[in-house]
Amino acid sequence: MMPGRSMTPAERLTKYWFPIVALILPLLAVVIVAEIFGSVGLQRTVTEALIRIVVVVGIYIFVGNSGIISFGSVTFMAVAAYATGWQTCCAMLKPITMPGLPEFLRDTTYSVFPAALTSVALAALVAFVTGLVLMRMGGLAASISTLALLFIINALYSNWQSVTMGTASMVGLPRYVTAWIALGAAILAILVAWVYQKSSFGLVIRATRADEVAAQACGVSLYWPRLLAFTISGGVMGLGGVLTAHFLGTISINFFFLKLTFIALAMLVVGGMGSLAGAVTGVVVVSIIIDVFRRMEAGMSIGETTLALPAGTQELVLAALMLVILIFRKDGIMGGKELEWPRLRAIKPRLESSFAKEGQK
Amino acid sequence: MSNIVQILVDAISLGSLYALVALAIGLVFGVMKLINFAQGDYITIGAFALVVPSAGVAPALFIGAWPVVFMVAGVLTVVTILALLTERIAFRPLRNSNPATLLISSFAVSYFLQHLVILVHSGRPKSVGIGNSLSAAVEIMGIRVPGNQILTMVVTAVMLVSLVVFLKKTSMGIQMRAAAENFQMARLMGVKANRVIAVAFVISGLMAGTVSMLLVVQTGTLDVRMGLMPVIFAFFATVIGGMGSLPGAALGGFIVGFISVMLQAFLPPELRPFRDALVFLLVILILLVRPQGLIVNSAAKERV
Repeated sequence: MMPGRSMTPAERLTKYWFPIVALILPLLAVVIVAEIFGSVGLQRTVTEALIRIVVVVGIYIFVGNSGIISFGSVTFMAVAAYATGWQTCCAMLKPITMPGLPEFLRDTTYSVFPAALTSVALAALVAFVTGLVLMRMGGLAASISTLALLFIINALYSNWQSVTMGTASMVGLPRYVTAWIALGAAILAILVAWVYQKSSFGLVIRATRADEVAAQACGVSLYWPRLLAFTISGGVMGLGGVLTAHFLGTISINFFFLKLTFIALAMLVVGGMGSLAGAVTGVVVVSIIIDVFRRMEAGMSIGETTLALPAGTQELVLAALMLVILIFRKDGIMGGKELEWPRLRAIKPRLESSFAKEGQK
Repeated sequence: MSNIVQILVDAISLGSLYALVALAIGLVFGVMKLINFAQGDYITIGAFALVVPSAGVAPALFIGAWPVVFMVAGVLTVVTILALLTERIAFRPLRNSNPATLLISSFAVSYFLQHLVILVHSGRPKSVGIGNSLSAAVEIMGIRVPGNQILTMVVTAVMLVSLVVFLKKTSMGIQMRAAAENFQMARLMGVKANRVIAVAFVISGLMAGTVSMLLVVQTGTLDVRMGLMPVIFAFFATVIGGMGSLPGAALGGFIVGFISVMLQAFLPPELRPFRDALVFLLVILILLVRPQGLIVNSAAKERV
């Protein structure tokens, strides 16, 4: 195939959709295998990993495209998780445990689907409003301020006894999230991230990531593209929060704090925060590692002796792995590249090649 | 009257504590554009070095059982070595990375150290009785001030003054300021990169060790997360003060300490639990007015 020849519409379509189809099909295969052959435990592990894909893709939409590290994204999970909790949880107990809720939440129980939609919308709204302020800052100041956001919402929800039950867990949420639902959500998140990053809005924000000054010189605002990314990211994080809430059946504010932030960022770093494929790969690789070490901490019997790693090894390994990746393969496993269909790799529209180079930098 | 003086004393002692942590973060940021999350874990590990590793809640003393001079020297040595180790192993290979990568890597180092402490000492809070005699109130001009607050103020004042003298008067201090101003240019003028960065980490270790002992004397408890809040407040202090500016970091530390104590004193009781949230909110508002911080340093803006 000669480079430089223009593509046929079919090739164009393949080129556009192949990178995410190549991500989605293996996930589908894993879910099918787990549903048919797997134990309940394995199915739960798979579901958990799929929810994490939603979460990490949510963070990726902002961090990967803008290049600004956000420590505050799991906040939007908390916002959505509590919102769906208020709407769907424990009709009998609500007026007693959370007397401060407004009447329409306290005395009514809503069905799960509209609750999920409104919760995601609320998360996106909170992201938009906080983003109005946070996105005025650039780079490190913005990162530190997202950390402030994480602490603000945590302090708020931890102490707002009459509405959030403080640091106590809200229990009794309907547990409807199966592997299939989690898969659907993961596919949705991947689709949103892909369509966004391939759109003109995505190109603009990637330009600000590559070179703030040059982007500004081309008339690109730093503010609005980042705000848009932050809002979309907030919505997808909200979806992750809703899924988490209805997967565990219980929520507490300290679940959505530094530890979850760390694990999600570790996944993004390990896979490579420059590409959607990196975000998904990171979740898969890190989830496998976490699961293996979780089992080894529980104890493995080899012959007659039981070997068990001390509890906490898992966290040390994860942190060390993240450092090793940062030092030796800064762009993560995927190196900032998407999966591309081999036969079409040769034909590159001019605009995109500059981004591929930027990813390798 | 004495009430207002008491609030002022609280504000100054808390502010100076934050200023110490903020300066340590600011120094390291100045020379290598690293915002060091692990500063909090230096503080935690310094405090845990006082006791023998165990799962109990009232552990036997280790360095904490030594005579005061050796105890202070011991904790400072442990923390300084730890700071140098993290620099050598984790941060030096990443020296030429962008600040976002460095930030993430320090987050990972912090997570690692935190779980190392949990692994060795278990995650439970512990109580230690060091410096109990210091918490007795001292009467100065008719106002009673807890002894440990006087200690905090005196120690931080000494540290701040000696840091200023070091930065202004010694050759190493001047090299360090030059490196913070423009690292490449300083290297071209003969400043040794490795040495300047190592000294920055030594100073941040000494400050973390000091803060950990002051915290232990004040609270009498050890907790895996004891370093977290001071460091978070110090982060905001360095951002408010202006990234890369040392006077800014100190100023920011005092501002955050003051806001914190004032809110605690003057908020209506039902709003007091939300104090930290309000402090962080004010931080963001200050940044809205001055996104570059109060004291703008030339290093804060990337050159084109």
